[in-house]
Amino acid sequence: MNQKAATAAGAGAGGSDTAAPPAPDVREAHAHPKDRLLRSDRLPHIWCPTCGIGTCVSSFVEAIEESGIPEERFAVVSGIGCTGRVAGYVNLDSFHTTHGRAIPFATGLHLANPKLKVVVFSGDGDLVAIGGNHLIHAARRNIDITIICVNNFIYGMTGGQLAPTTPHGARTTTSPYGNSEYPFNVPHLVASCGATYVARWTALHVRRMKQAMVAALSHRGFSFIEVIAPCSTLYARKNRLGTGTDLMKFYHDNCEVRHGANTAEIDIGFQEKIVVGKFVDIEKPTFLDRMGANLAQRRGR
Amino acid sequence: MSEPRGAVLTGEHFMNGDVAAAEGALAVGCTFFAGYPITPATEVAERMSERMPDVEGIFIQMEDEIASMGAILGASWAGRKSMTSTSGPGFSLMMENLGLGVMTETPCVLVNVQRGGPSTGLPTLVGQQDMMQARWGSHGDYEIIALCPNSPQECFDLTIDAFNLSETYRLPVLVMSDEVVGHMTEKVVIPPEDQIARIERRITDAAPADYLPYQPEENLVPLMVAAGQGYRIHVTGLTHDERGYPEVVAPVQQRMVPRLIEKIRKNAEQIIRYESDGIAEAEVVVVCYGITSRVAQLAVEMARQQGRRVGLLRLIVAWPFPERVIRELATRIKGFVVPEINLGQMVYEVERCAAGRARTIHVPHAGGAVHDPETILARIEEASS
Ligand SMILES: Cc1ncc(C[n+]2csc(CCOP(=O)(O)OP(=O)(O)O)c2C)c(N)n1
Ligand code: SF4
Ligand SMILES: [Mg+2]
Repeated sequence: MNQKAATAAGAGAGGSDTAAPPAPDVREAHAHPKDRLLRSDRLPHIWCPTCGIGTCVSSFVEAIEESGIPEERFAVVSGIGCTGRVAGYVNLDSFHTTHGRAIPFATGLHLANPKLKVVVFSGDGDLVAIGGNHLIHAARRNIDITIICVNNFIYGMTGGQLAPTTPHGARTTTSPYGNSEYPFNVPHLVASCGATYVARWTALHVRRMKQAMVAALSHRGFSFIEVIAPCSTLYARKNRLGTGTDLMKFYHDNCEVRHGANTAEIDIGFQEKIVVGKFVDIEKPTFLDRMGANLAQRRGR
Repeated sequence: MSEPRGAVLTGEHFMNGDVAAAEGALAVGCTFFAGYPITPATEVAERMSERMPDVEGIFIQMEDEIASMGAILGASWAGRKSMTSTSGPGFSLMMENLGLGVMTETPCVLVNVQRGGPSTGLPTLVGQQDMMQARWGSHGDYEIIALCPNSPQECFDLTIDAFNLSETYRLPVLVMSDEVVGHMTEKVVIPPEDQIARIERRITDAAPADYLPYQPEENLVPLMVAAGQGYRIHVTGLTHDERGYPEVVAPVQQRMVPRLIEKIRKNAEQIIRYESDGIAEAEVVVVCYGITSRVAQLAVEMARQQGRRVGLLRLIVAWPFPERVIRELATRIKGFVVPEINLGQMVYEVERCAAGRARTIHVPHAGGAVHDPETILARIEEASS
């Protein structure tokens, strides 16, 4: 799908790395109590109507307030994609890096100043395909950062191509006859690599998602939240699933909350049941804890 | 492990170029290193892993060179001086994030200990084949700064200079070492701490409300802040305005990218450094850099014994290229001789600046060894005839 088609379909993004159609100035009319945490001077945002990313951002800014962590300590790092644009809309120190490389950048920020609360906010393609190697290694090291992965089962920004999370059989612009690949079960992937907090929610579960974000922000160690979210313009349309609202209804009818579920059993099939909940929440020394301990031991302290 | 040794190991040492580069970085205040092992640069990382605790610094071995480059950019935005080191294959992997560093004006240093390529090529043997990649390797238009040490002492000295240049002009600076310089052990004199020139990052003193992160100062370089200081900055690799906000439109591109280039071009005379020997009266000038300059020096001396008027111009800074001196020499000498351990890279710059006013003779070498001085001598003879 090209940019023109996406725009014709009323899409804000989807179709190019930079799509940003002109839109009326709605700032005055829609002043929001969370504006302080958003760059309202950058609105309107690029996301399409009924896209799930905005919901995740709302929950995120609420979680920031509720966490009690001073706002100045936050640094939000994104890769490239529709979700990758989140860094540009939060009124916090924010970094929009290269495709797939948000986690290494975030690792550098965090290790160089552990007082920062470093959050990576990015898409499934960014974090799990091109950035997959960084994801598993950051989890393995138990780097003390929080990852919020918006999984819309597709590459939104580039116009709806196959992602490593696209369910088997689903159609995308590069799997026109249906996806022949097995998708990643992302919570299972990060949990088996050593992530110490792992949860999955959907864009429908705004309150639970926010609570999970508060928990992840307060967690010491590598915390990971997968948020299943509608890509209305591309994933929904390509697969004739209706609008983003229809997908939200689907989540409502087909999600099963199962805290502590065995992550090996929570694969997502095409339009099949989605298991959500908190799957992992353990304590383990972080990379910096272990580094400090090794040095102290060698110095005989 | 004994007690911390501090950043500056003042005194006379015997060390190889890789270790000296690490010591130079520490001496100038580098406290963050991320890297991935690769011959012949591994010793830089090993030294950093051993020494970082001495300066309360961080060493991390990343999963690859893409991650290493990403991590040093992040560390720089947390306010630290940061560095990575690599060789050919890893240098290729670093290119995209090098471009991010250029675009976001992030100070940091990358040491490339060059080996023979392409591909895996000659892991343990010398090359000077990444000189054009250093200049053009990441996509898009940009200028870069690259320094070429020809001894362990210079690995120490030029790594210090690289950090100072990166802080002054806010960009990644490349130290283009090579396998022979990196692995040779020679005397390295580390001066007392108070004699080490350290340029610190210029941080704004404006209030957050008045601060425009990408509003340049008179020298075309904007003042910086770090994450966590309350400025709520946005930093992006997209084309951005003075606020740092993405503005993906031609007018902003036409204002921003030329400034990134001009901040180097307009300050080029302050950045460019070379060493010359006998060029005033020369009719042939040998232009060289890195390890090849040491062989070229021998060839020049042999030619002088034959009574030839030969000068030597050694590039200490390869990028930006010293156009002015080459242009000026071209008007009054017979020819340039350019030996380098590649099949034609910096010679194109010499040729471009000579613009047909003097002959330009390349002395190629495919890599794996340094030139024989006789080979260079033969081309000097040709140029002066
Ligand atoms: C190195 C590189 N390759 C490809 C791209 C093009 N690209 C931009 S975003 C994207 C995929 C984004 O997908 P995802 O992370 O799922 O984000 P979404 O848009 O779905 O939120 C791709 C392939 C790029 N910017 N850089
Ligand atoms: S993810 Fe899909 S719906 Fe959301 S902004 Fe991108 S293209 Fe539009
Ligand atoms: Mg996606």
